[in-house]
Amino acid sequence: MKTILIYDGSFEGLLSTVFYIYEYQIDQFSVVKTEEYVANFFDKKEEIISNSNKANRVWKALSTKISANAKRKLYKAFLSELPGIENKICHFIQLAFASKYKIEKDFSNPTILEISKVVKMVDREKHRMDAFVRFRQTKDNIYFATIEPDFNVLPLNSDHFRERYADQKWIIYDVKRKYGLFYNLNTVTTITLEIDEAINNKQNELTFFSDTEVEFQQLWGNYFEHTNIKSRKNTSLHIKHVPKRYWKYLTEKKN
Amino acid sequence: MNFDRINEKLSILADAAKYDVSCSSSGSKRQNKNKGLGNSDGMGICHSYTEDGRCVSLLKILLTNHCIFDCAYCVTRKSNDIKRAAFKVQEVVDLTINFYRRNYIEGLFLSSGIFKNADYTMERLIAVAKKLREEENFNGYIHLKSIPGASDELMREAGLYADRLSVNIEIPTEKGLKLLAPEKDRKDFIKPMEKVKNEIVQYKSEKKLLKKVPIYAPAGQSTQMIVGASGETDAEIMYTSAYFYKSFNLKRVYYSGYIPISYDDRLPSIGTSVPVLRENRLYQTDWLLRFYGFDVRELLNKEHPNLESDIDPKLSWALRNLNQFPIDVNKADLRMLLRVPGLGAKSAHKIINARKFRKLNWENLKLIGVALNRAKYFITCESRVFETKDRTAAQLKSLILSNSNSKFRKDIGPQLNLFDAPNLKTA
Ligand code: SF4
Repeated sequence: MKTILIYDGSFEGLLSTVFYIYEYQIDQFSVVKTEEYVANFFDKKEEIISNSNKANRVWKALSTKISANAKRKLYKAFLSELPGIENKICHFIQLAFASKYKIEKDFSNPTILEISKVVKMVDREKHRMDAFVRFRQTKDNIYFATIEPDFNVLPLNSDHFRERYADQKWIIYDVKRKYGLFYNLNTVTTITLEIDEAINNKQNELTFFSDTEVEFQQLWGNYFEHTNIKSRKNTSLHIKHVPKRYWKYLTEKKN
Repeated sequence: MNFDRINEKLSILADAAKYDVSCSSSGSKRQNKNKGLGNSDGMGICHSYTEDGRCVSLLKILLTNHCIFDCAYCVTRKSNDIKRAAFKVQEVVDLTINFYRRNYIEGLFLSSGIFKNADYTMERLIAVAKKLREEENFNGYIHLKSIPGASDELMREAGLYADRLSVNIEIPTEKGLKLLAPEKDRKDFIKPMEKVKNEIVQYKSEKKLLKKVPIYAPAGQSTQMIVGASGETDAEIMYTSAYFYKSFNLKRVYYSGYIPISYDDRLPSIGTSVPVLRENRLYQTDWLLRFYGFDVRELLNKEHPNLESDIDPKLSWALRNLNQFPIDVNKADLRMLLRVPGLGAKSAHKIINARKFRKLNWENLKLIGVALNRAKYFITCESRVFETKDRTAAQLKSLILSNSNSKFRKDIGPQLNLFDAPNLKTA
């Protein structure tokens, strides 16, 4: 009989689930988030309670089996939020614990190959956010950006923006997942905000943003137009680099 | 700041600067210091792409498009009847900082028409960079143009603030330069380049001995040549390029297909199409010289002064040297592996690693990512079936062309991905 393991959706919860699998020697399982769970008559269900102590033990023990880099990849795979990714991560961890050698580069194993493919996709999205975030300066001098990435990559962007924009306050807000990062000139914290719909509405820009903000957006748009060489137009290449779903963030593509 | 006026200047001075194709912002090592603004120690990010598919990573503008020279191939030339404008130093600083803070750009690429004289112009460019570094504590990327003829002292100073310096030689041959820019002298281009090279060499050796040496042009130097403006051959372009790489330790040479901007009858007329395919073949050749161990004389010479347009230069070379093939991928050294058409540098290294564990067969090679539709005619491996037929170069060429997958065919169609390659991390 299969056991459905229900966890709270956090990475800590997932690692607690792994602990549980070992503790109770669960053989056949499927891991789902609380909000995704649908009851059925055939499977047993268990609700896992997140426990930082247990999670830490799993995470530490992994260090003896795989590299720090491979551990980070598991975290990145988790951020993909793809359906069923939890099962693959658990399988990966089981493989790692069961093996004498470092399994992370054994791409002939389908689980490992799959995880590495997902990580590539997540990395790509992370880099896109590094590139496509467009800050707007608010009236109280915070540089503010909204994003809706395909995957939950915002935690991965934190270091890059903290290192680069060390002397300005900034917020990057994921409107899809309803949380953001706020840098207050010292540290980056996770925040949730009530975001007024109107904030992304052109007409209201001056209510929220600084007087020069609109001007700089126009200057940038104008620059973008003039740096283009018309006789070299190559639309398919353009769209390949900047897929249309990202245009809504981009100041230069909005107008 | 007078917005309308700045906006107008920006239009004019971005328009004039866009023919410089370099937009690389990688290869520097500048970290954010003292909680200042920006860094440029990473890979360099393309924040956007123009509609022609080119990476937008820097604010690329001229300080002014007033110029005392009259180079026929340049929009900024004195005799051209266009609107002129000039930024003030502070205006460029403000634009850079404000664009950077909004995450539009990685930094500034500042060039200029030559007003008054070379040194006067160079001083203004340096003033912008200095202000950015010292007053704004800006650690983003700065690329400055070295003005031909600028003095050694100024070039020394420029490198203290800029990450990259470049002088565009533009015209590959001396005779072309005489024809199109008679007032200019090759020596004027070389002088600042030489100085920067020497400073970089000195910086590197001093850094080994002393802890605190002021950082000098960490992303090195580059140059650009215009392709198709002066009737030059591919051989002339690439020999010049090889010479500059070697003599001045350049990081990059850019090739820019000439965009007709003038009715001057020394030049291709307006309406002539941009030689995009040729440009792409030149980049491929450049790659072969820098990363695949080819010597320029193997690829271009008296018998073959121009690259073939329908196949890439490596395949073209292999077809002329069939006597060196087939090679056994399980034995051949890296140098020869790199010479196999359809086999990239990544695959070559993977082969060398993988063959330690087992002898590789076609299946293995495919998984590694070798383009077998081309490579199979040039290699043998641990399989009993391989191409045994003796074919002439012409037969092979038409066979490969007719069997190529869409990606390869696309290469010779209009949709080139040529800016993909130069944006790689090697820049
Ligand atoms: S000196 Fe430079 S800006 Fe002036 S015309 Fe010649 S190429 Fe153009």
